[in-house]
Amino acid sequence: MTNSFNEFAKAKMLLVIGSNMTEAHPVAATFVKNAVQKGATLIVADPRKHKLVDFAHTHLPLKVGSDVALLNGLMHVLIQEDLYDSEFVETCCEGFDVLKQTVASYPPEKAGEISGIDPELIRQTARLLASVKPVMVCYTLGITEHTSGKNNVMSIANLQMLLGNMGVPCGGVNPLRGQNNVQGACDMGALPNVFPGYQPVGDLSARQKFENAWGVDRLPEKNGLMIPEMMEGLVDKMVRGFYIFGENLANTEPDIRKVEHELASAEFLVVQDIFENETTRFAHVVLPAAAWSENDGTFTNSERRVSRVRTASPAPGEARPNWWIFREIARRMGHTWESDSAKDLWDNEISVLAPNLAGIKYHRIENDGLQWPCPTESHPGTPILHLEGRFTKGKGSFMPVEWTPAAEVPDDDYPFVLSTGRRLYHYHTRTQTGNCEGLNDMLGEETADISAADAQKLNIDQNEMIRVKSRRGEVTVKARITHEVPEGLVWMAFHFREGNANWLTNPVYDPDTLTAEYKACAVSLEKIA
Amino acid sequence: MDQNRITINGHAYEFTPGQTILEVAQQNLIDIPNLCHLKGTRATGACRVCIVELEESWGRKIVSSCSAPAKNGMIVHTESPKIVAYRKFYIGLMLDSGNHNCDIGARADESWTDFQISAMENDQKEELCPVWGDCELQALAYRYQVKGRVSGRHREAVTLPIEGDNPFIIRDMSRCILCGRCVAACNEVQVNQAIDFGFRGTKEQIIAGTGTTLMNSACVFCGECVQVCPVGALVEKKALGKGRPWEVTKIRTTCPYCGVGCQQLLHVKNDTIVKVTGVEDGAPNQGRLCVKGRFGYDFIYSDKRLKTPLIREKDGFREASWEEALTLVADTFTRIIDESGPDALAGVSCARSINEDSYQMQKLFRAVFKTNNIDHCART
Ligand code: SF4
Ligand code: SF4
Ligand code: SF4
Repeated sequence: MTNSFNEFAKAKMLLVIGSNMTEAHPVAATFVKNAVQKGATLIVADPRKHKLVDFAHTHLPLKVGSDVALLNGLMHVLIQEDLYDSEFVETCCEGFDVLKQTVASYPPEKAGEISGIDPELIRQTARLLASVKPVMVCYTLGITEHTSGKNNVMSIANLQMLLGNMGVPCGGVNPLRGQNNVQGACDMGALPNVFPGYQPVGDLSARQKFENAWGVDRLPEKNGLMIPEMMEGLVDKMVRGFYIFGENLANTEPDIRKVEHELASAEFLVVQDIFENETTRFAHVVLPAAAWSENDGTFTNSERRVSRVRTASPAPGEARPNWWIFREIARRMGHTWESDSAKDLWDNEISVLAPNLAGIKYHRIENDGLQWPCPTESHPGTPILHLEGRFTKGKGSFMPVEWTPAAEVPDDDYPFVLSTGRRLYHYHTRTQTGNCEGLNDMLGEETADISAADAQKLNIDQNEMIRVKSRRGEVTVKARITHEVPEGLVWMAFHFREGNANWLTNPVYDPDTLTAEYKACAVSLEKIA
Repeated sequence: MDQNRITINGHAYEFTPGQTILEVAQQNLIDIPNLCHLKGTRATGACRVCIVELEESWGRKIVSSCSAPAKNGMIVHTESPKIVAYRKFYIGLMLDSGNHNCDIGARADESWTDFQISAMENDQKEELCPVWGDCELQALAYRYQVKGRVSGRHREAVTLPIEGDNPFIIRDMSRCILCGRCVAACNEVQVNQAIDFGFRGTKEQIIAGTGTTLMNSACVFCGECVQVCPVGALVEKKALGKGRPWEVTKIRTTCPYCGVGCQQLLHVKNDTIVKVTGVEDGAPNQGRLCVKGRFGYDFIYSDKRLKTPLIREKDGFREASWEEALTLVADTFTRIIDESGPDALAGVSCARSINEDSYQMQKLFRAVFKTNNIDHCART
């Protein structure tokens, strides 16, 4: 996020797009609702009428996967009616002409046809967005989990730059990260192309820096594989040894049948986790790890805040901290690593090697955490990025993009769109929440959420078991008829093995980020009896 | 000069215009008792315990410090004899209003200390209030030595059954003092709009939905209402009987679920988390949590946890020592690197584990294996 959670409550206007915040980020949603109670205007763009829509001034029920068209349509109106922030665009941005050219071909009529939103509503919304300054934009996986995910993200940035809402309190582009430490795992360089602190592996000086720090030579310069490529590598034997730490890939990746085939093909699979799960079934070695609150460390939240995690309980049996396990493997392969605690690792390695984190030390984050960039030990941290329009790379560049449809769209055989997400009472594959007293009582199984109109057409009753089929597989699951879902859409989650949406989802990816298109594929619905 | 000064109990303090007397006092660590005030929400003045006496030119007057704004030149007394007398009366009324079986009023013949001892001995008794020792009303009764049962009045709520049809929150409206904090927490802090005041007049009560149970209302079990309830009317079901407030250590940590990164206080007894609350005023969540953050802590104690390394053997796994398992991993990886090069290895790190773990794993892949084939679920 360019901005911080505490600004949500003070915002004058918020545009929330592709984010089911009240269920996926409930506490963040409370701040949005506080703002609305204090008079802020909330615009929600989402195919579903989820809970936050109850608080919205305007709901844009766009068709799944039409985000770029809608956003381009909004920008079209802003430029055509001269409502954009020309001063900010001139002084802080470049590439306006190309943007103008691209969005010129998205008049509200065309944007409306693609997105299913009334062209007049698109015009009104554009005027609304331009009427207040600043506007804060928040989004989640509804934006990124598409084959056009990266384009969707760039469109949002384009819109906020056009409106001059960057680098100010209560503005900016704010992706709420799904998992507690996705931000941190990226910052730590658990990515195939960068070292900790986003220093490219292809950069000679970066490699030399890490070679010196780690006391090794010949660090690899070629970018590594991303998860989908690794999985495919298991089948064609390019990848022979696969090490999965804490991810239940067998349930979280699209097209479970394909994933399981890939995992079963692994020559040597090491899985390190806190529970046996669907993925450990394929392992050759399973390593028991200490869990949250069984060791000290840090998490980094969506607003780039590094906060402490502390030990409350001993790990059960022989389970050990993950960092200890990695260190022991390194030792057996001839490398002796000095750091012998999470604090050592942070204070003596991570904060020394990642310039953005240099000022963050354990003794400074005893209470509230610090937000990076935090370059020195006297730096107070950075709640807002790009203050006063100063972008990290000088001027901000508009990156105009064209709308592209989802890879698989409904047809006669599979006439419904399936979109997926998370529900309040569970978290991912329930490795954690499924083992907590009470949470299973609140939500004990998957459902397929459908509209009343479709239920009537197919003669499906509330809670009736139905069959949902895609080109990849089928599940039998309870129908949940709800006003939240529009006609033509089926909405499911992946918390349970039975009825898991990922038996159906489409393993196609954004060409750059290789994020899977969890949010759109085509399915059919069938009454069983 | 000195445009914004008030005098509290004989000492002068600066204030910022707009602050209430209570806020100025709290800022200067002067303890004015209160039971209904909830930071950041509208003052209700329901409990009347925060009254203070003002010296005016014409005499003295009593106001609620939670709603009265500080004014220049004000002279405030927070513990004058008159205030203390009123406060005792109000506390007594509240004790009388419900099943406050910790009070000494019903046993006026016993001394306070004897009662405390007998109550401690009887801790396991169901009828003893579960928040005994952790109750703001009880603490005030003790501080002002209030003997209850002054009015002899019993409200209808006393006979209400305890509501426990949900897995997380026990509602015992027979102990509710109608302070309204839970209503403010639910409607103004978390904005879930599940509970409100209902049945005006003497039958007044906090109701869920239109008079149903939390389970059948809009409640999403964030537990904010429990966190703010000053008495034993709202308590955590999972924490029941697991530890008394003076037995637990509070450890600050970060929630293991979503990317908000809420700050939690783990209430720990004998190395076991018995309850979780939000860190008041902590960034980013300002004391708030959701159902997962507040009630999703006990997965670590599941007996299904992996407790020893496992090595595949035919169709199943056998238990192994760390030595054996790690040597097998290191030897196999070394052999694969020798035969097919480092890029024949690949790894996926965990977006839920601590930074230090992800750092260490990428270091293992880069510095030891010599491959950049390291990724995590960055995009989900
Ligand atoms: S648990 Fe949360 S939603 Fe439910 S009544 Fe309490 S404050 Fe409201
Ligand atoms: S339930 Fe608790 S917080 Fe709510 S009004 Fe009653 S005493 Fe106050
Ligand atoms: S308490 Fe809820 S909102 Fe806060 S970090 Fe945990 S899961 Fe997210």
